[in-house]
Amino acid sequence: MTTIPDAPKPVFRPSMLIYDTRYRSLTIQVVVLFLFMAGAAWLIDNAIQNLRTLGKDFNFSFLGQRAGYDINQRLVAYDSNSTHGRALLVGLLNTLLLAVMSCALATVIGVIAGVLRLSGNWLVARLMTVYVETFRNIPTLLWILVFGAIMTESMPAPAAFRGDNPTAEMILGMVAITNRGVYVPEPMFARSLGDLDLGLFLVSIDLLALAAVLIAGILIRRRLLRHAEAVQNATGVRPVTWWKGLLAVVLPPALLLWALGFHLNYPELAGFNFSGGIHLRNSLIAMWLALSIYTGAFIAENVRAGIMAVSRGQTEAAFALGLRPGTTMNLVILPQAKRIIIPPLISQYLNITKNTSLALAVGYMDLRSTLGGITLNQTGRELEAMLLMMLIYLVISLLISLAMNLYNRRVGLKER
Amino acid sequence: MKTFTFFGALTAAGLAAGVVQAATLDDVRARGNLSCGISTGLAGFSAPDANGVWQGFDVAVCRAVAAAVLGDPMAVTFVPTTGQTRFTALSSGEIDLLARNTTWTFSRDVDLKFTFAGINYYDGQGFMVSRELGVSSARELDGATICIQTGTTTELNLADYFRANNMSYEPVPIETNAEAQQQYLAGACDVYTTDASGLASTRATFADPENHILLPEIISKEPLGPLVRHGDDEWADIVKWTLYALIAAEEYGITSQNIDELARGTDNPEINRLLGVEGGLGQMFRLENDWARRAISAGGNYGEIFSSTIGESTPIGLARGLNAQWTQGGLLYAMPFR
Repeated sequence: MTTIPDAPKPVFRPSMLIYDTRYRSLTIQVVVLFLFMAGAAWLIDNAIQNLRTLGKDFNFSFLGQRAGYDINQRLVAYDSNSTHGRALLVGLLNTLLLAVMSCALATVIGVIAGVLRLSGNWLVARLMTVYVETFRNIPTLLWILVFGAIMTESMPAPAAFRGDNPTAEMILGMVAITNRGVYVPEPMFARSLGDLDLGLFLVSIDLLALAAVLIAGILIRRRLLRHAEAVQNATGVRPVTWWKGLLAVVLPPALLLWALGFHLNYPELAGFNFSGGIHLRNSLIAMWLALSIYTGAFIAENVRAGIMAVSRGQTEAAFALGLRPGTTMNLVILPQAKRIIIPPLISQYLNITKNTSLALAVGYMDLRSTLGGITLNQTGRELEAMLLMMLIYLVISLLISLAMNLYNRRVGLKER
Repeated sequence: MKTFTFFGALTAAGLAAGVVQAATLDDVRARGNLSCGISTGLAGFSAPDANGVWQGFDVAVCRAVAAAVLGDPMAVTFVPTTGQTRFTALSSGEIDLLARNTTWTFSRDVDLKFTFAGINYYDGQGFMVSRELGVSSARELDGATICIQTGTTTELNLADYFRANNMSYEPVPIETNAEAQQQYLAGACDVYTTDASGLASTRATFADPENHILLPEIISKEPLGPLVRHGDDEWADIVKWTLYALIAAEEYGITSQNIDELARGTDNPEINRLLGVEGGLGQMFRLENDWARRAISAGGNYGEIFSSTIGESTPIGLARGLNAQWTQGGLLYAMPFR
């Protein structure tokens, strides 16, 4: 009878860490991790050492100190007696406002330019090619400066609107375009409901009520449509809904506006400048147009790529069913192209948001100009201000990324 | 990934802080030139001439220090800085000396850890407006649009002045003097405010200086001077006493014309000590004994520098005013060389 020897016990020798392929990759990863940690530790130590040599400490208490400087564009209450933290908030809101406005306009420009670039009309298609190639191949900062210069150098000064024979005139008596910005009528409420104090800032109850009524109207309209569809499915006859839907969406807000005493406050020349109305500063307009048109060129290419990726057969099939070109584009091509367009669109939105930090070039008071500019300079807290600013931009970008990824998942192909 | 970014931030910040050496004098000697921070261009104070050589009142301080330390007034690397970048440049060690019409304030001295080596120009903040605006006093500026350089003390003074006088204004923040000039001339702002000397210097570069007036109100004290990092007292002393040497030279009548003659020895022991004929002052901070003589020879004494760069005979046309010697009713007062 033969004895079956026991299976050899697994032996482990240290040399196997290098020569045994089972362990080698693990060894390399551990070594790299340690090197990385040592590098990071050295850098942190370096920063601490240097701060100590300079005799500086590391703390954020400057955010609670009086800022002492004024900011021209403020979406929340702020004056020179407010704190640096408050100035940060003002700057952050200005950054977000600019980013949202630019993303919206860039998307509109990009989609239109992208679709038109594929147009069968030779002239339109070539014009769009020129637009895309010109704008995306010249640095953003130059576009910002160009738009800034156009606004300040070629628009009339407020003084030109003065006198019996003014050299400049307001458009329709409502909009004044000056070299200090554009003044547009401001919506006002005679019987305002006041503001809601959210601690950090005030929110107009009028606007909240208006939004609530509008959303309610849209929900009612959606129900009407669903009902109409059910009736159509059951009886084959679709009830007339268009006037009901319109009424549901338009009438309640109109009534609310009337009840609140809605009127427009027109800008008027007073003293050195126009007063009243909403003042869209040159800096905002220059940034907005430059970022939108610049990024719009990139989005146009994304859109074109998305559309071209949808098989030609889809268009032919839609034509065969008798759909017209416009309908084909809206109902067949774009919904499929969207899946390809959205991921690169996310990075364009992130680019816009990060490019808003060039705002100081035209004196737009964004986060970089308040926290990273004046506050940093007046308090001398470079390290703290920079780290805080990087953290804020990182958080904004991650949030945009998250939101767009969620949207992408919604429009993405549902595979079951 | 987030951790990576954080460490990246620390890296950048850590590297930006740089390694601060103890003895700036040795660094400057080893390098063979002085790294001097100046403004990006303010006629009369620091601006390149037709040959691309930096000239001006602030530049003269850099040249005098270079002459005292290295014996060559041209051994200077000029680093143009904006109101926002200047302090980082100095504290990171990128420059050895900042001579950029910088106001001496408590927080800059104490909190930002700088040492002011003295004052080379006593200034105050003023307002410039176009003559056709018909304004004769700063009190009439309620509601005006005002161009203001960011990161300066003038920005804070402006906010305080308008608040104290219960007036409103619209600030247009800009980064450099050139940008301010362009905005102001385009009419994007009604008023330009900065140090009165800066306004005079800016106005001198206009095509039509007579159409712009400086308002009579001076709303702040702006003592401007060169500064260095905290923690290197020897270097601070060198800059401080070089400045005093220029001022004292004017007081004792030492000019670039007669300095060689006076350096052969005079009856005045103070002049002899200053010019290194006796006393051995230079060796006390590891310089040659004729350091002050070289500094003064670089561009003349304080009065000569003043009149050749920003004085009444120049287009900028600033009067001495507070910047006269204490014997002439001004505030310039060099400490004794003893």
